[in-house]
Amino acid sequence: MNKRKLLAGPYMVWAAGFIILPLLIVLYYGLTNADGGFSFANFIAITDPMHLKALGESLLIAFGSTVISLVVAYPLAYILSKMQGGKSGIIIMMFILPMWINFMLRVLALQMILSNNGLLNALLGFLHLPLQHIMYSKTAILIGMTYDYLPFMILPIYNAMCKIDRDLLDAAADLGAGRLQSFRRIIIPLSLPGVISGIIMVFIPSISEFAIADILGGSKILLIGNVIEQEFSLSSNWNLGSGLSIVLMIFIFISMAIMNRTETDEEGTSV
Amino acid sequence: MHLSKNLIDLVDITKSWDGTCVLDELNLSIKENEFLTLLGPSGCGKSTTLRILGGFVTPDKGRVIFDGEDITSLPPNKRNLNTVFQKYALFPHMTVEENIAFGLKISGKSDAYIKDKIQYALKLVNLDGYEKRKPTLLSGGQQQRIAIARAIVNEPKVLLLDEPLGALDLKLRQDMQYELIRLKNELGITFIYVTHDQEEALTMSDTVVVMNQGYIQQMGTPEQIYNEPENAFVADFIGDSNIIDATMIQDELVEILGVKFPCVDSGFGNNKPVDVVIRPEDLILGTPGTGRMDGTVTHVIFKGVHYEMEVMANGFEWLVQSTKAFPVGTEVSLDVDPYNIQIMNKPASEDEKAVAIDE
Repeated sequence: MNKRKLLAGPYMVWAAGFIILPLLIVLYYGLTNADGGFSFANFIAITDPMHLKALGESLLIAFGSTVISLVVAYPLAYILSKMQGGKSGIIIMMFILPMWINFMLRVLALQMILSNNGLLNALLGFLHLPLQHIMYSKTAILIGMTYDYLPFMILPIYNAMCKIDRDLLDAAADLGAGRLQSFRRIIIPLSLPGVISGIIMVFIPSISEFAIADILGGSKILLIGNVIEQEFSLSSNWNLGSGLSIVLMIFIFISMAIMNRTETDEEGTSV
Repeated sequence: MHLSKNLIDLVDITKSWDGTCVLDELNLSIKENEFLTLLGPSGCGKSTTLRILGGFVTPDKGRVIFDGEDITSLPPNKRNLNTVFQKYALFPHMTVEENIAFGLKISGKSDAYIKDKIQYALKLVNLDGYEKRKPTLLSGGQQQRIAIARAIVNEPKVLLLDEPLGALDLKLRQDMQYELIRLKNELGITFIYVTHDQEEALTMSDTVVVMNQGYIQQMGTPEQIYNEPENAFVADFIGDSNIIDATMIQDELVEILGVKFPCVDSGFGNNKPVDVVIRPEDLILGTPGTGRMDGTVTHVIFKGVHYEMEVMANGFEWLVQSTKAFPVGTEVSLDVDPYNIQIMNKPASEDEKAVAIDE
């Protein structure tokens, strides 16, 4: 081993202790039953109607928050990328700033705003509009997730848009393309890699989210993340929790694979 | 070459960026089928002029007349001209073929027509067989040819070229110069070419427009620009030259550094201060006493085709080119034939003088 490889030593120790070893432990628990015997039962447990429903809800909410983030982030990133230097920096800052505050604190703040006697209803009451009972519903979870993960959608798309050479837009105009055609044929395909990483960075963590569902969903809505968490904490059934974790991980890998596939496909057929 | 009516007229074009005037009441006429080069140092306004023609920059004042029509406020996508960009600006997510087809698809041409055009254009730039390649995987010279192909398939009346050879190495640049001349003749359209490279300008152009600080310094054929520069800036920018303060004694007689030289220019008045340009290849070296001045060789460099020497004579360091070398320290005589002395008026104001000395 040469000296440069030696420099990676501390990280190797870290990776072994905090990534590889835990994964092996999870795999061990997932493949054994309470008595320590080999079993696939913890994997098959995903077919339990309650677990399937939780997985379905998770996928649905993750999908929903990804779509909403994309719809909000894409036009915003486009406008920001067209702004001159300083101004766009301030707005980007506004989106990053909340990320410096503890995640739990942000979700609790959202709870205060959305609750029946919260800020939102106070405002609606003041304006004589009908009050909303958003808390402890899927809508609340969706709002929470979108709020939390939106910056992860904006930044990669913004970066991809900034990297598009202005000359390309001049060239498109020179060749007869109007604004809409330039947008469709140049900006959309060239910002696609940013969109893909944005989707991955929002969708993947959303699938296994449980804290937001706990606080804003009030344990009424069970996501697959909540099920796994409860197996570890309340039921002390580490075997089942590990099994379901692995199944979830497989789902995530499949989504990633589909995503990467779309990316390369799009590149080839974008005209 | 048949040069007919004016195709483009730029009338009183003025443009400022952040309060700095880049173009000041520029007037320029471009003829049909002309290879016209805008030549000048960076910041002289040549690229801005090209971008105004392309429609990417709107002038603060003035009009752009194209084929009899005022197109000053027409957006780029509505103009019947195409641009070859400095850094090629090929679409990285498309193949060569898709790049070339871009303009044709926008204008709604049929698939068969587009296919034919791609074949024709690739053949024209000597890149047939490259249809399915990605432009990012091609060399600079190949990318440049694709950029040209992409522009010319649209059959523009005018092709704008913004320093298209700037990023290529010397050999390739020379090859591409011949290619461009061939292309221009085959296509029979107007080329407007922007460069800071005087050799490129002289090699390819029918007309060279020398620009500096937003003004046209001189416009003419390459021969006129080289042989009869109108001011010190043009003389200095186009090739090497000796530019000297002198006094026009009378018609056809000029006094340079205290020595009277016969020349062929007249009409400057008597005892009038002028600038004189003598090209280094026009100075004749001889044995002391045989010329109008005597001096000492101070530097010699071998340049391949000739030797380049500096000769100190009458308090001026003369740049001389000769196929015969004289060692440093040699006493030599200097002389020049009357028709090789180019007389120029002094700049009218200090402002203009500053412009001239700048480069």
